[in-house]
Amino acid sequence: MALLHNRFVSITGISACVPGQIEKNSENSFFPEGDVKAFIHNVGVEEFRKAGEDTCTSDLCVAAAEKLLEDTGVDRSEIGLLVFVSQSPDYYFLPNTACIIQDRLKLSKETLAFDVPLGCSGYIYGLNLIAAFLSSGQMKRGLLLVGDTASKIPYPKDKSSSMLFGDAGAATLLEYDEKADGLFFHMATDGSGHKAIIVPEGGYRNRFTANSLTAYTNEEGLTRSPNSLHLDGFDVFSFGISEAPKTCKKLMDHLKITTEDIDFAVFHQANKMMNEKIRKKLSLPETKVPYSLKHFGNTSSASIPLTIVTELKTALSNPVNRLLLCGFGVGLSWGTLYTNNRSIFVSDLIEI
Amino acid sequence: MDKDQFLQAFAEQFDETDLSVFTPSTKFKELDEWSSMVALMIIAMVDENYNKKITGADLREAVTIEDLFNRVHAK
Repeated sequence: MALLHNRFVSITGISACVPGQIEKNSENSFFPEGDVKAFIHNVGVEEFRKAGEDTCTSDLCVAAAEKLLEDTGVDRSEIGLLVFVSQSPDYYFLPNTACIIQDRLKLSKETLAFDVPLGCSGYIYGLNLIAAFLSSGQMKRGLLLVGDTASKIPYPKDKSSSMLFGDAGAATLLEYDEKADGLFFHMATDGSGHKAIIVPEGGYRNRFTANSLTAYTNEEGLTRSPNSLHLDGFDVFSFGISEAPKTCKKLMDHLKITTEDIDFAVFHQANKMMNEKIRKKLSLPETKVPYSLKHFGNTSSASIPLTIVTELKTALSNPVNRLLLCGFGVGLSWGTLYTNNRSIFVSDLIEI
Repeated sequence: MDKDQFLQAFAEQFDETDLSVFTPSTKFKELDEWSSMVALMIIAMVDENYNKKITGADLREAVTIEDLFNRVHAK
C-alpha cells in the first residue's frame, strides 16, 4: 500500500498560464446542437483555452514559472530540482523538455532536471517526487512544472474528447522546511486499464505509418485517427467514480482525519458528472470543492494548480491550509495528497 | 440482486422514454433517448446501487437490459 509521508516539505507558491484563445463549445459546428447542449450541461465544459500551433506546453510552463519566480523573489540558484510533468513534450523522443527549460529559466547547471510523462495524476506524482528529494534536506527548493496542450491530441471530429480538453501549464515551488509537517500521499497504479486513455500509434509499440493519420469511424460513431486520442469514456467514468473516492478515503483513514479536517479538496477536473459523484461519495460540501472545468475544461496535469489559481488565490493566504488534492486518469494512475500547509503564495492567472 | 429493481433503476435514468417501454428484453441501445450521457448515468447507478463497475465492453456487448443485468450480477 503506497501510503507515504515526506517530512519537512512545504508548498510555497503556485502559478498558472493559459493561452489567450478561447474556444466556446456552443460555437462547435461539427456536432448536432442538442448533443453539444447535453455535453455542456452534463460534462460542465462551456469553453476552454487553445494553444496556437507555435505554442508548446513548455512555453505555458516557462511563463508560469517566470511569473512565480518574479512574484516570490526566489533566488534561482536555490532551485536544485526541476521536474516537468507532461505528455506533450517539445520533442517526441529526445531530448527531455526539462533540460531545455533549465536553460530557458536560467537555472543553475547544478540542477537535476527531468521529464515525467504522466497526465491527470501527474500533479500528485510530481509533488511526491519533489517532496521525496527535498525532505532529506540536501537541497533547498524544487520547481514542479505541469501541463499539457491536451486540446491538440483529439481528432477534431471526435465527440468523446474534442470539446473536453483545454491547454494550460502551471508552476509550483516547494521548499525544505524544518517546521513543516510535510506532505502525506496515497499513490496507486492499474496498468490493466492502459487502453482506456491511449494514443495507439506513433510510439515504438505501434510505429507511426502512412495510415496513422487516416480517420476511421468506430462502432459507436466516433471518428478518430490511430495517432489521435482514444478515450473510452465509459471505462474512465467507471474508474473515476470508484477509485477517486477510495484513494481519498484510504489516505483520510490512515491519517485519522474527516472532512472537517479539510478546508479545500481540489480534484483533477475530469468531467462535472464524475467529479460531483466523487464529491458526494466523500460527503464533501460544495463550498470546499472548487471547479475550473466550466471555463478551462479538463487541463490534464495542470487542472489542480489551475483550479487553485483561479478559485483559491485569496483563501490560500491563510496561515494554515488543510488541503486534499487528488489526481486520477491516464495510466491508469492516481494519487492523493493531504497537507497541513502554511500560507501559499498564488500568482494571478496569466495568459500568453 | 433483484431483476425488477434493476429494471426500474435502469428506467429511471431516462427522462422522456415511457416506463412501460422497459422490459428485460428491451434492446436499450435502440431507444431514441439512449446516448453516451445516459450510459454514464447507468454506470453511476450500478456503482451506487450495487457497488460494481460496468466497463465500456459491458455496455458494448450487452444487447438487452437483461444482458446487462446478467453481466452486473456476475461481477
